[in-house]
Amino acid sequence: MSIALLFTIGGLTTVGLYLITARSMSRILLGFALLGHAAVLALLASGGPPGAAPITNQSTPAEIANPVPQALALTAIVISFGLTLFLLALARRQQVLSGDDLVEDDLEDHRIAEGTT
Amino acid sequence: MNLLVTTTVIAPILAAAAALLLRAHPKSRDVVTIVGIGLATLASYAMLIDVNANGSQTVRVGGWAPELGIVLVADLFAVLVLPIALSIILVVEIFAIGQRRTAWGANPELAGPLLGVLTGGVSLAILTGDLFTLFVAFELILVSSYVLLTHQGQRDQIRSGMTYVVMNLLASTLFLFGVAFVYAATGTINLALLAERIPELDSGVRLGIGAWFFVVFGTKAAVFPLFSWLPDSYPTAPTTITAVFAGLLTKIGIYSMIRFHTLTGMDELGPIMLVIAGITMVVGALGALAQSDIKRILSFHVISQIGYMLMGLGLFSAAGTTGAILFLLHHMPVKTVLFLVGGLIENHEGTSSLSRSGGLAARKPVIAVLFAIPALSLAGLPPFSGFVAKFAVISAGIDESAVAIVVVALFAGILTLLSMTKIWLGVFWGTDADGLEAVPTAANNRRLMFAATGLAVAGTLTISFFAGSVFDLSQRAAEELRSSDAYITTVTEGAQE
Repeated sequence: MSIALLFTIGGLTTVGLYLITARSMSRILLGFALLGHAAVLALLASGGPPGAAPITNQSTPAEIANPVPQALALTAIVISFGLTLFLLALARRQQVLSGDDLVEDDLEDHRIAEGTT
Repeated sequence: MNLLVTTTVIAPILAAAAALLLRAHPKSRDVVTIVGIGLATLASYAMLIDVNANGSQTVRVGGWAPELGIVLVADLFAVLVLPIALSIILVVEIFAIGQRRTAWGANPELAGPLLGVLTGGVSLAILTGDLFTLFVAFELILVSSYVLLTHQGQRDQIRSGMTYVVMNLLASTLFLFGVAFVYAATGTINLALLAERIPELDSGVRLGIGAWFFVVFGTKAAVFPLFSWLPDSYPTAPTTITAVFAGLLTKIGIYSMIRFHTLTGMDELGPIMLVIAGITMVVGALGALAQSDIKRILSFHVISQIGYMLMGLGLFSAAGTTGAILFLLHHMPVKTVLFLVGGLIENHEGTSSLSRSGGLAARKPVIAVLFAIPALSLAGLPPFSGFVAKFAVISAGIDESAVAIVVVALFAGILTLLSMTKIWLGVFWGTDADGLEAVPTAANNRRLMFAATGLAVAGTLTISFFAGSVFDLSQRAAEELRSSDAYITTVTEGAQE
């Protein structure tokens, strides 16, 4: 695996994980977009060394890149695209309801906080 | 066999598409949804009979070799879980049709079609023979669950829905990384080939993969400490939706874990799993005791019970796996029924809060009976299915002389019984404190809701009644899983019909 690819995956994962720890839904959304890219690149890297495009008649089986991870990556891209849209819709709904897109504390957090004061 | 397997996956999804087109015609929409899910359910029972008689079978989608294409494997474990899972969705859909005119009903235009998609996802997740299709199936289930949870757009639903979506999305992304790791290490994502190749890896890589997928499936199954998304989000959804989620979603996580970790022989992870199982049981049961709302109590129980299944798996013995499978089979219908009864109570009391209701046993003894049977079963009292399941798991623990986990399991059982008593005291005895009116429901709809709940209770009783044969089947399924040779032979040599 090339060093450049390795560092790209690492960098994307780091930034992505940092962003999803935020309170704001729009940051979380960007974090998941980056993490999704990192995962797709990891899938691509798992297919072994690069080669010619895997199209019959154009290249022989010996010189082509492994097509299986590419097929998987394509499916994963479509799914993460749809989920990004859903997260956007959630953020928008939260903004309509409360004026911002922050993830709020859950009920137990509230109850525990009340109990200690 | 090919036709049956295809039906369980395709029929509900096609029905969902048709039902979406028929939005404006409530009658035909309901009929289409019921027919789609019903066909899948019938096909799954036919598969159970077929596999029980003729052994495991494989369907290669598109005729590709197992290394390249998608395989669907109907082994005994899959066809035991599948009929129960699909029956649950069918019963809940009937209940939902009855409930939809009330304040707690889900939006019928969306609930039916989405339940159809969910059904397709559940069938695919149970039958699939490779990791990536499992990922896709999880996404099918999760995406429909995201929408089902938040489609009414109320404040609580959005608040808890955000936590739910973020946690599960993170687990899905980790799953994708896991697929990449497995492919890089072994060159395949087919479960049967993995069962051959993963045990040959270095122990570091092998246990790394095992631990990674333990986290992935553990988040879906809501084990400690990854359960935080569950008790907050489940109670905010319409009751019917919660009933499906509680009965199925976490169970698909534990199902995948039993399949993956047993097939690939991750026995060294056993002790860690047992520790986490113990904490999950106790934390879930204690959490339930602290609640004062029926749906929240039941949601914490979902977590607690996952601990028992994980304990069975973590023992990594034939008896332990049998216990885990049996517990899974018992737990799915019982949990769904309890939530459905919760829905009935809500309908009659106007609330699901314990302090604001009371005296329902005198006014509606039918609901009290419908509640008592699954509640006693959940607490593990004989002669109900919960007793058999709990007994199987605990005696497996004693066989392995894992004393600590057995003690913890018994202790958590007592806590479960206590919180069931709490619901009983709050709802069925005493007097109605606040005078909230029952939700006005047409007699027809009410009959449908009672019929659906009664059907589900009858289902759980059937499992208790045939406990002996269910136990034998679970034992055979566990042996097949543990030896993994049978699974490998079925997939690699499986004749195509």
